[in-house]
Amino acid sequence: VLVSLICSPPQNYPLYIRSVPTENELKFHYTVHTSLDVVDEKISAMGKALVDQRELYLGLLYPTEDYKVYGYVTNSKVKFVMVVDSSNTALRDNEIRSMFRKLHNSYTDIMCNPFYNPGDRIHSRAFDNTVNSMMMQVC
Amino acid sequence: ESTSPVVSPQQSPPTSPHTWRKHNRHPSGGNNERPLAGPGPFWAPFSEAQPGSSTSSDPIWSGHSPPPHQENWVSFADTPPTSALLAMHPASVQDQTTVRTVASATTTNEIRRQSSSYDDPWKITDEQRQYYVNQFKTIQPDLNGFIPGSAAKEFFTKSKLPILELSHIWELSDFDKDGALTLDEFCAAFHLVVARKNGYDLPEKLPESLMPKLIDLEDSTEVGEQTGEVGYSSSPAEAPPSKSPSMPSLNQTWPELNQSSEQWETFSERSSSSQTLTQFDSNIAPADPDTAIVHPVPIRMTPSKIHMQEMELKRTGSDHTNPTSPLLVKPPDLPEENKMSSSVKYTAGNTVTDGYSSSDSYASDPEQIGSTVTRQRSHSGTSPDNAAPPPPPPRPHPSHSRSSSLDMNRSFSVTPGQQQPGVVAYPPAVPPRPQPSQGAGPHVHRPVDAEGLIAHTSTSPQQIPEQPNFADFSQFEAFAVSGVNKEEEDEIETHSEVLQVEKPSDSASSLRGAKADGRVEEKAPATVPTSAGKGTTPLAPPPKPIRRRLKSEDELRPEAEEHTQKTGVIAAVLASQPSIPRSVGKDKKAIQASIRRNKETNTVLARLNSELQQQLKDVLEERISLEVQLEQLRPFSHL
Repeated sequence: VLVSLICSPPQNYPLYIRSVPTENELKFHYTVHTSLDVVDEKISAMGKALVDQRELYLGLLYPTEDYKVYGYVTNSKVKFVMVVDSSNTALRDNEIRSMFRKLHNSYTDIMCNPFYNPGDRIHSRAFDNTVNSMMMQVC
Repeated sequence: ESTSPVVSPQQSPPTSPHTWRKHNRHPSGGNNERPLAGPGPFWAPFSEAQPGSSTSSDPIWSGHSPPPHQENWVSFADTPPTSALLAMHPASVQDQTTVRTVASATTTNEIRRQSSSYDDPWKITDEQRQYYVNQFKTIQPDLNGFIPGSAAKEFFTKSKLPILELSHIWELSDFDKDGALTLDEFCAAFHLVVARKNGYDLPEKLPESLMPKLIDLEDSTEVGEQTGEVGYSSSPAEAPPSKSPSMPSLNQTWPELNQSSEQWETFSERSSSSQTLTQFDSNIAPADPDTAIVHPVPIRMTPSKIHMQEMELKRTGSDHTNPTSPLLVKPPDLPEENKMSSSVKYTAGNTVTDGYSSSDSYASDPEQIGSTVTRQRSHSGTSPDNAAPPPPPPRPHPSHSRSSSLDMNRSFSVTPGQQQPGVVAYPPAVPPRPQPSQGAGPHVHRPVDAEGLIAHTSTSPQQIPEQPNFADFSQFEAFAVSGVNKEEEDEIETHSEVLQVEKPSDSASSLRGAKADGRVEEKAPATVPTSAGKGTTPLAPPPKPIRRRLKSEDELRPEAEEHTQKTGVIAAVLASQPSIPRSVGKDKKAIQASIRRNKETNTVLARLNSELQQQLKDVLEERISLEVQLEQLRPFSHL
C-alpha cells in the first residue's frame, strides 16, 4: 500500500494524489489530509531554524495502527505526504528519503514546464510514470 | 485514394482507431478553421494542407505521422510507405485531411504504420527541419541559443492544442528539463505538435529520432538514428509478407517504399549532417573546456602578420602545447619586454595559434592575425577556450615584470607618468625610502629608488620634476665619483636642475647610451616600482639605471638634448652645480612631501572605504537573514 499526495500552499489543496491499491482509497485520502496538520505543525516548529532545514525530509509524521505516514516539504512549501503500510517493514527511512527526493525532482521537472501553472493539478504523464515506478518498487 | 476502404486490421486494437479518428477529426476541424494569417507563418503549412487532398494521401501521411503508442500500433502490419510518407511530409499534410475523412483508411494506415520501426514515423524530414529551424530563428536568432519557456509557450499556444497536450509535448521535448528549448528540443516539440495536430497521439516517451542531440548523447542518438534507418530498411522486408495477403492496396506502396528508401538515404545523410551540426554545437557548447582546441573560432593568438609568418615558420601545430603556451605566453606578455621576450611570446603565441588554426577550418585567422599585438597579448593571458576574444585580462602590470631591466621600467614609469598622470600609481604604500647616506652606492640607489618611488607615487606633475632626476643621476654619478653625500631629494632636485642644464647630462647619458639603448628601447611604458625594489640592489646596477635614465631622458627629450658632450664635461658641469639644485630643490621637496601626504590620506581613506563596504555587506546579510526568519515565523497562508 502506498499513497502519495502533494499539496501546495497556501490552502494545502492537493495537487496530486495517487494510491496503489485503489480500494479504500478514500480512507487514505482522509489520512493524508489529516496528516497535513502534522506537517504544518512540524513546519511551524522549525520556523525558528534556518530556511534550508525546511527542505528536509520531515520523517515519520505519525504511525497509526496500520500504516505510517511520512512527510516532506520543499522550500516553496509544497508538501509531499506518503502513506505506507506498516506491514511493509522492509521500507527503511533511507528509502523513503530517496523516494521523496525522486518525487521532488519530478515535481521540479513539472515546474520547468511553462505550460504548467503552479497550483494546477498535476497531469503530467512523466510524473505519473515516476510515481508508478516508485509504487511498483514498494509493493 | 490508394488505400483500400475498410480493411479490418489483423490485430489492431479496437480502441485506437476510434481515438485516432477522434483526434483526426478534431485537428482537421481545427485546421480547417484556422485562418491562414491568424496564427502566423507557423501554421501556414497546415492551412495550405486544407485545400489539397491528394489521392494517395493515406499511406503517405500515416507513414509520416508517428504512431501514438507503440503498443497500440504493434498489432498493425508494417507500413512500407511509411518512409515514403515521411519523405513527402509537405504533401502529407494534405493527405492527412483525406486520411481523416476516411475512417476506413485508418485501419490501413495503422497497419501500414506498423511496418515502420517505432521511431520512423517521428523522423523529421529535411523540409520539416528547415521549417522548424526557420521558426526557431524567428524566436531566437542564435541557433545555438535557447528559447525560454515563456516564449515557447506563447509560440506553441498558437497551435491551439489543449494546454494539457502542450504540457505533455513540452515534457517530452525538454530533454534536459531546463525550462528552455534548444534547437533540437524545439524541433522535436514542433514535430510533436505537428503530429498532434494531424491527429497522431503523443507518445509516452520521446522517440529516439526526436531526441535532442546532446553532446554526451551523440552516440546514443546516432545509434538511434541508425536503428531507425535499419528499421526503414527492414520495413520493406517485413511489409511484404504481412501485407501481401490482406492488403492488396498496399502493394502499390512498394514503389513508394522504394522511393522512400532513397528518401531514407537522404535522411541518413541528413542525420549525419545533423550530427555534424551537433559536432559543431558541441564544440560551441560551453561544457568542454577543451573546445578551444577544436573551436571554430579560436582565439587569435597571433598578434600581427609578422608573427603569423613567424608562426608558420615555427609551426608546431600541437594542441597539447596550448595549455602550456598560454603559460609561456603570459609571462612574456608584457609590452615592455625586450625583443627577446617578445619573440618568445610570439613563438608561444604562434604555437597556440597553430593549434587553433590547425583545428580551425573556418577561422578567419588571416583577418585576426592582422589584429594588433595587444590583442594577442591579451589572449595569451586568457584561457584558450573563449569563443570571442575576451577582454584582455588585467595584464600583469608591467611594473611587476622583471624581465627587462628594472631601471628601464622605472625610467619609463617616469616617462609615461608624464603622459598618464594617474597611471603610475603603484602600491601606494611604498614609503619614501630612507635616506642612508653612506657613500655613493646608496646614493645612487636612493635616487634611483626615490625616483622610482616618486615616479610611482607621484602624479604627473611630479613626474616632470622626476625626469630631471635622470639628469641628476648623472650628476649623482659625478657626485659619487666625487664622494659627495646628498639626500635623495637634493639629488633629485639637482637632477632637475641638471636637467635644465641638461645637455651635459644628456651627453653623459649618451655616452652610456650605447649600453642603455637596447634596453631603453625595450622599455615598456608601464611603470613598476621595480625601482623601489631595486633600492637594495648593489651599486653596480644603479649606474645602469642612471645610464638608462639618462638615455631615456635623451629619448624623452631628444629635442632638448645634445649628445655630444663627454663625461668629463658632464662632471665639470655637475661639479659646478651643486649649489644650484638645493635652492630649487626645496620647492620640489615640499611638493613631493605634499604628494606623499596626499597618498597616505588616500590610502587611509581607501582602507576606510573598504571597511565600510564590508560593514555594509554584513549589515545587509543580517537584514536578509532577519527577513527570512520573519518569513518563516509568519503563518503559511502568507507564503
